[in-house]
Amino acid sequence: MTYLKKSPWVIHYDASSCNGCDIEVLAALTPVYDVERFGIINTGNPKHADIFLVTGSVNEQNREVVKNIYEQIPEPKVVVAIGICAASGGIFRECYNVLGGIDKVIPVDVFVPGCAARPESIIDGVVTALGILETKRLAMKEKGNETMEKPGSAV
Amino acid sequence: MISEPVLSLVNAILFVLLAPLAGGLIAGIDRKVTARMQGRVGPPILQPFYDVGKLFEKENMVVTVTQHFYVLSYLVFMVVAGALFFSGGDMLLVIFAFTLSHIFLVLGAYSSYSPYSHIGAERELIQIIAYEPMIIFTAVGMYMVTQSFNVSAIVNSGIPIILYLPGVFIGYLMVLTIKLRKSPFDLSTSHHAHQEIVKGVTTDFSGSNLGKIEIAHWYEYVFLLGVVYLFFGFNPVIAVAAIIVAYFLEILIDNTISRVKWQLTLRSAWLIAGTLGIVNLGVLYYLKGVIMP
Repeated sequence: MTYLKKSPWVIHYDASSCNGCDIEVLAALTPVYDVERFGIINTGNPKHADIFLVTGSVNEQNREVVKNIYEQIPEPKVVVAIGICAASGGIFRECYNVLGGIDKVIPVDVFVPGCAARPESIIDGVVTALGILETKRLAMKEKGNETMEKPGSAV
Repeated sequence: MISEPVLSLVNAILFVLLAPLAGGLIAGIDRKVTARMQGRVGPPILQPFYDVGKLFEKENMVVTVTQHFYVLSYLVFMVVAGALFFSGGDMLLVIFAFTLSHIFLVLGAYSSYSPYSHIGAERELIQIIAYEPMIIFTAVGMYMVTQSFNVSAIVNSGIPIILYLPGVFIGYLMVLTIKLRKSPFDLSTSHHAHQEIVKGVTTDFSGSNLGKIEIAHWYEYVFLLGVVYLFFGFNPVIAVAAIIVAYFLEILIDNTISRVKWQLTLRSAWLIAGTLGIVNLGVLYYLKGVIMP
């Protein structure tokens, strides 16, 4: 029985986006798109999250932050990089402080293209991520729960 | 005819088994109605069950090992409080177990090192301080009317308690707003505002620990609405209608009133407990021979 696909909670982080993609991410939460229909909740807490939505490219200042958030999300988890900046650095790629896409710092599962990415394609990206989340859960189950159950082992 | 101890035991077991189902359904309907009030479609009615099922599938990240103990105690004492209540036990003992379970939640939040968690714990404590007098007044008021602290005696008294305790009932509705974590008093953790500081008390819980907190909250729903039933215990139909109206009112208030600061929460809770509660009890005391049965 899987509940993971029916209740994906997301955490949203703006790496160094122009806010265009962020506005579109938040648009998906408005009554027009209402992603809570699918049980999706935008949490502000990585410890409650399943899906990590990142917008914008990674720079020297926030590479540690992105890593830190990623590490605090309990397994199984997926990362969705939203917008062209999150994929490759976009027009900021050449900047002296920009490292490039999100995949330079953490493993990314889904790239959502666009500048800015449309709410429809963001929702589509999250739905694709749900499939990956499910395979990750099964892989985790096969590996056994020996790392899961020990208190303190996940810190 | 079933003897009374057996009946109590059956009631307690039924509560332990069925309350999570009822509580989860209430939470699901709550979310649906809330979404409709906000002009959204809203999640499926069974969404709270999916959420908790998911939390048990996730990795349980532990910040400090004592968290397990505190969260489990929160759940266990909440179940004990509800089971005592539904088996017709002593109201004061029920309130004691109920308060104790929340103290464990506060200790659980304090046991981590996150400042958000600590703020949540402090706010939860403030909420306990705010609603505790009114809960005690509720029990005392029911004692003054029915001459018993036993839930079974209160329910079987056949007295329309609401007519004697209208002030206490309004005060209890206020407590309900705090306890159901509804705006304007959703300070320590909220069903909305997931990105804000008000997620406080649950900040450092994840996976199955967070799931246990949710389940304890479902038990709490059923217990709190059970107390509403007591006010109308003379007629089950009216009582169930009162529960539905009271809960709908809570959702409406939740969606129309913005969150207040903790100072106002404390002040208004005590003001209502101090005026409506004490005046109600005082009138009952002085008019004992006149209006009491």
